[in-house]
Amino acid sequence: MLAGLTDRQWLWGAAGFYLAGLLLGVVSMLRSGKPSGVATYALLVVGYLAQFVGLGLRGRAEGGCPLGNPLEICQFTAWSAITLYLAIGVTFRSSLLGTFTATFAAGLTLLSLAVPAWDATRRSHIFGGNPWIEFHAALALFSYGVFALLALTSSMFLLRHYSLKSKHLGGWFSFLPSILDLDHIGVRLLVAGVVLLGAALAVGSVYWVRDPDSVGVLKLAATVAVWAAYTVALGLRWRSRLLARRFAWTCLALFAAALLSLGPVDSSRHPDTDPSPRRAAGLSPR
Amino acid sequence: MSHDDPTHGAGDLFVIGATHRTAPLAVREQLALVTKSPAVVHAELAAIPEVREFTVLSTCNRLEFYGVAADAAAVERAQAAFCALQGFEPAEFQKFRLQLRGRDAVLHLLEVASGLDSQMLGETEIFGQVKEAYAAAQAGGFTGAVLNRVFQKAFQAAKHVRTHTAITAGQVSVANVAVDLALTIFGSLAEARILVLGTGEIGEKTARAFKSRGATGLAVASRRLERAAELAAELGATAFAFEERAGRLADFDVVVCSTAAPAAILDRTVAAAAMRRRPARPLFLIDLAFPRDIDPAVAELENVFLYNLDDLAKIAEENRVAREAEISRCRALLEERAGTLWRHVEGLLAGGRSAGGPTQAVRSPV
Repeated sequence: MLAGLTDRQWLWGAAGFYLAGLLLGVVSMLRSGKPSGVATYALLVVGYLAQFVGLGLRGRAEGGCPLGNPLEICQFTAWSAITLYLAIGVTFRSSLLGTFTATFAAGLTLLSLAVPAWDATRRSHIFGGNPWIEFHAALALFSYGVFALLALTSSMFLLRHYSLKSKHLGGWFSFLPSILDLDHIGVRLLVAGVVLLGAALAVGSVYWVRDPDSVGVLKLAATVAVWAAYTVALGLRWRSRLLARRFAWTCLALFAAALLSLGPVDSSRHPDTDPSPRRAAGLSPR
Repeated sequence: MSHDDPTHGAGDLFVIGATHRTAPLAVREQLALVTKSPAVVHAELAAIPEVREFTVLSTCNRLEFYGVAADAAAVERAQAAFCALQGFEPAEFQKFRLQLRGRDAVLHLLEVASGLDSQMLGETEIFGQVKEAYAAAQAGGFTGAVLNRVFQKAFQAAKHVRTHTAITAGQVSVANVAVDLALTIFGSLAEARILVLGTGEIGEKTARAFKSRGATGLAVASRRLERAAELAAELGATAFAFEERAGRLADFDVVVCSTAAPAAILDRTVAAAAMRRRPARPLFLIDLAFPRDIDPAVAELENVFLYNLDDLAKIAEENRVAREAEISRCRALLEERAGTLWRHVEGLLAGGRSAGGPTQAVRSPV
């Protein structure tokens, strides 16, 4: 508990701020025809801090990174995407990127809190007290946050492309960044994601080589496949074989696949570790 | 206090002049301060002791004198002096004259500075022109407490209207719409390379619009190479032969076509070949020619965006309609500010009268 609030209450609060950011963006667009850049940014900052506290409380109870169940994985992914938005969003503050990010964060955090089964149990001590394994897991999930933002900018690219081709440039479309800026930021995010996930896999591989049985085949195959697919996409982009709309659609499809891969990754983690009830792990009741 | 009574009390704020709303172009040409410098007009007006403060605003669409006069007769004397200076018959001037006093004059200035009274609704160039006019009068010591207050508040009001309404949103000229579209594609014009094919009037205007908005990498190609070189020199661009266009297309991000060619000068094959050499960078094609210079099939290519004259004109028209829809909101904002400002100015004018002399600081550098 912090300030009389449990970890889940902090996380609900964060989801509320993300939702408020989304609603504010939509209402502002409907009323004044332009996004509420600064206000949305401020709401996302507050939500981000609340989520940081919520995840921090869980991490303290766990004694490590809070990645013990689907709720925590979703929360951590959303938090990573927001971290990146806050870093690069200043450039796009007056555009729709804030509203897009708020939509993603609100959706993922609310969904994770709304599904009771996702937080019914959590694996404790999943990293075996090894900070490198913990670093590997956190880095891997952070890269998913990068890929989430890449999916958002790819969606914006497709909308901007549609508006330019169809010659519908007014209304909401006028607040999308330029198509070249979206393309450039997409490539940079893809590079960042590939490097981060690659680094995470490299760290993990050191321990996997020592003890191949410590990682399930499904998890290994899924994570390597996600990294390899994004790396191939990056290679094709660099060789100008995957451009514009095809590049954007590929990034969206890969993110959908990456999200789907979280299921097998989570279920095959440390199969020898018994799930422990949330109370036993020192967390607040749902 | 009546604002319409030209004979009412001493120490009044007034504006007289002729604008695009009151006078046709031929009359405005005769009234324009083309051959006379504003300093000459300033000297003429300064010679009338009953005109306490004044500022002269002269643009292609308006000639206006804003001032504070001791009485209505002083306003007439100022008008007569100006007509004499320009060789314009005073009786003729009456036919085209705009004359406002008091609060109406204040509101008019606010509307002018905000672009609401401009021929091209919402244009922002007028703001700079009003600022220049005020700065010149201020530097000459021709403004005092009243005009200083009114002009400074007019600038604040104009900024407020531009920020809080959509009166300046979107471009309303074809050339500027084309530049906005280029920004929508490239984000910045600093690194964009622009090719102007043909030296027609609209192409030239568009090239100038690109140049004025920060484009530096311009090139001109025309069937008449000497004309291309001429325009290129004016734009600080390079020129090359028209026949080289296909081979050099891949070097450019934006292509503005405005030739008089009877058939397309850029077809899908040529554009596709150019895109193969620059696949990652978008190509923005602007076809301002009639008949069209670019084969419409080019638009089907990936990363190529083709806009013709009709497309740009349609966007400009939509923007103009959107601006017009904002007029009532702008007027409401400006009416409120004009009312508040006029109440304050009335106090200043009353102070000037009770002191029995000109308003403070008049005709001394501020």
